[in-house]
Amino acid sequence: MPLLDIIDLKKYFEVKRGIFGSKGYVKAVDGVSLSLERGESVSIVGESGCGKTTLGKTILRLYEPTDGKIVFDGKDITHLTWKELSWYRRETGLVQQDPSGALPSFMTVKRILEEPLIIHKVKDKEERRERIYKVLEQVKLTPVEDFLEKYPHMLSGGQQQRLVIARSIILRPKLIIADEPVSMLDASVRVEILKLLQNLQRDYRLSIIYITHDLSTTRYFSERICIMYAGHIVESAETRELLTNPLHPYTRALLNVIPDPDPSNRFIIREVPAGEPPNLLNPPPGCRFSPRCRNIMNGLCDVKEPPVVEVRKGHFVKCWLYV
Amino acid sequence: MPRLKHFFRQLLLYKSATVGLAIILGLIAISIYTVFSIPYSDAIKLWRAGEQYWLDTPRNALPSWVNLFLSKKLPETIILDTENPQVGVSKAIISAGEESSVIKVEFVFDYRYDDFPSEINLFFKSSYNSSPPRLTIHWVKPNGEDIVLKSMLVAKDDRYYISNDEKLARRLRSTFSVKLNRTIGYDLPILVLLFAQEDESLLDPGTAKVMKGTYRLWIDGIAFEKDVKLDAKLVVYGKVYGWAGTDHLRRDLGIALLWGTPIALSFGITASVSVALIQIFIGALCAWFGGKVDTVLQRVTEIFMVLPFLPTLIMISTLYKFNIWVLLLIVILLSIFGSGVKNYRAMFLQIKEFPYVEAARAYGASNFRIVTYYLIPKVLPTIIPSMVLSVADFVFLEAALAILGLGDPLAPTWGKIINDAYVNGALYKGLYYWVLEPSVMLALTSLSFAMLGFTLDKIFNPKLREI
Ligand SMILES: Nc1ncnc2c1ncn2[C@@H]1O[C@H](COP(=O)(O)OP(=O)(O)O)[C@@H](O)[C@H]1O
Ligand SMILES: [Mg+2]
Repeated sequence: MPLLDIIDLKKYFEVKRGIFGSKGYVKAVDGVSLSLERGESVSIVGESGCGKTTLGKTILRLYEPTDGKIVFDGKDITHLTWKELSWYRRETGLVQQDPSGALPSFMTVKRILEEPLIIHKVKDKEERRERIYKVLEQVKLTPVEDFLEKYPHMLSGGQQQRLVIARSIILRPKLIIADEPVSMLDASVRVEILKLLQNLQRDYRLSIIYITHDLSTTRYFSERICIMYAGHIVESAETRELLTNPLHPYTRALLNVIPDPDPSNRFIIREVPAGEPPNLLNPPPGCRFSPRCRNIMNGLCDVKEPPVVEVRKGHFVKCWLYV
Repeated sequence: MPRLKHFFRQLLLYKSATVGLAIILGLIAISIYTVFSIPYSDAIKLWRAGEQYWLDTPRNALPSWVNLFLSKKLPETIILDTENPQVGVSKAIISAGEESSVIKVEFVFDYRYDDFPSEINLFFKSSYNSSPPRLTIHWVKPNGEDIVLKSMLVAKDDRYYISNDEKLARRLRSTFSVKLNRTIGYDLPILVLLFAQEDESLLDPGTAKVMKGTYRLWIDGIAFEKDVKLDAKLVVYGKVYGWAGTDHLRRDLGIALLWGTPIALSFGITASVSVALIQIFIGALCAWFGGKVDTVLQRVTEIFMVLPFLPTLIMISTLYKFNIWVLLLIVILLSIFGSGVKNYRAMFLQIKEFPYVEAARAYGASNFRIVTYYLIPKVLPTIIPSMVLSVADFVFLEAALAILGLGDPLAPTWGKIINDAYVNGALYKGLYYWVLEPSVMLALTSLSFAMLGFTLDKIFNPKLREI
């Protein structure tokens, strides 16, 4: 039984358009299915605005799903109430993008780490202290005494992110969602934070959903990669398979496999293919990537949504080219 | 704690904050001193006792220290009491046979001030069985002239208001007319007749001069009984009293000035802190919960915002007389749904989107915990300046209500002093000290909080500095 099973998950945001407020929906997550074993990790990769954060938050039930199903440890948590979710909060952790924003500036390190314990009724003061010490050692904020009474602004960006990670694992969760955990850090500390997450995953059998827009950082821990585009997962496969054998034109664009017609751009590695990212309020008909696709088959791709096909074992792609 | 120290060092870099803080500390010191040296119940008693308690103090006297600045020295009050033997007081009661006693009382005092006293009263306490003592009261001026003031029977608890004795005044005026061989064209007051130099200058109240020297008041009495007791007290009321002066009821203004301090401070601070905290809480509730909670609280706020605050308060306090703490409660209730709620709501609408709030939700913090532990502490430091500033507003508000006669009628407050002064025409009578003293206290209080508040604002919201 997988630890986490997501089936056709949808999250639409209702927005008002114009002064007269005709309603519209931002389809930030539009039918995502995903499954994750205990101790396994998966990367969600896609350019900014494709719905990665929304997907993460919906999985954590910080958003109420519009449709679909989330099953965690065999329990359907899709529509549980806040109170019923208490155990789920303990089993999951969140690492956000901006560590300084993710920490309350008016609390000390000790207080920050104590909050989840107090909320989850770890009543014994001594036990709380021990757990705080242990978790700070796990994230290598040592010597622990030097950090306990500090405020977040006294820490460096890397130390702040270690503290955020410490907070996310202090309740001993089974699943961590790391939403671009290094994209706002100095290049010099990125690797150590990623290695820290990698070690935690290995040592404590953590499952990690690693969200990033940067394919090159996925190699640290993910067994599998899902490529997300405009609310859809357009391709998913094991890491090695996907990186050596990308199928979807978008994935290829990300990996820069397709030579750019402009010779001056040929050898530049780009994270984002040319063209406008799609408007999720009014997604293009058919395949959402079709307006930017080099391999577009007019009359098909821009009319009908492609199905998901398993091209090789465990390698899925949502594209008309492989039907 | 090192943060706090750092903060204070930064604060004291500003002169305005240093001065403001010094004044506030002074006011707090006064408050502490007052609360411990004159318990509130005593203060209220003293303030409400009226003329029963305040027998020996002059009416509308200036503070004593004005003599330091005047070339013509104003008189202090002189009290001579046979119950309190001292130099210049003598009393003898001699039984003369079985059926009678002879009473002799003498008060001697030096009078060297440049102005006349404001009043003279004699108080008697006597005890007898059936026949009250008959007294003859004499006044001897420094030039040796002996004037009989009055002959009277004294009751058990009796008094003789010498300076109000019209009969005596007429008698003295005619004696003086004969002596100076001139008609006295105006109602020369008794105090002048008893204390003035007997020459032409007497004819004009502006030029009448005090005859300086030793005065004597002696009483010759007889009672037809053996065991008569008699005590007498002579009070020559001056024109200055204490460090603050007195009001129209002879009350020492010092009491109200002192007690006004803790009352004003506690009123202002309680009101501003509780209004700010409640407004923050309401603002946080609106922003966090949104929906119906938000709508209801917002509409209530809007209703209170269009309600004119001062007229409403005046209306309420005209209909009901409140004690000052009930008034405080009403002021708080009328203020909590103010524009602050809207400001705080706007602040919280931003703060609630901060990632750390989302993180708290992700580890399961309840709504209540998020509002109180995550949203409110974030804005607290930024609102301290406006909280300090509004202390001054509330102190002024309380004073304004008291001045309009709508405050607590019994509490000894600064506003009440000004109200008394106003009702009794203090400025018209030239009794400036009566208005100035409470006004200075009010001004100092609001000035100090304003200076501190503005500096705090500069430190907490540094963007203002450039503007
Ligand atoms: N609370 C919200 N209300 C309305 N639209 C939102 C909300 N959150 C995200 N969106 C929209 O959903 C889309 C996906 O956003 P997001 O999940 O943050 O993308 P990513 O994390 O991949 O950059 C964006 O178009 C964004 O504008
Ligand atoms: Mg994002």
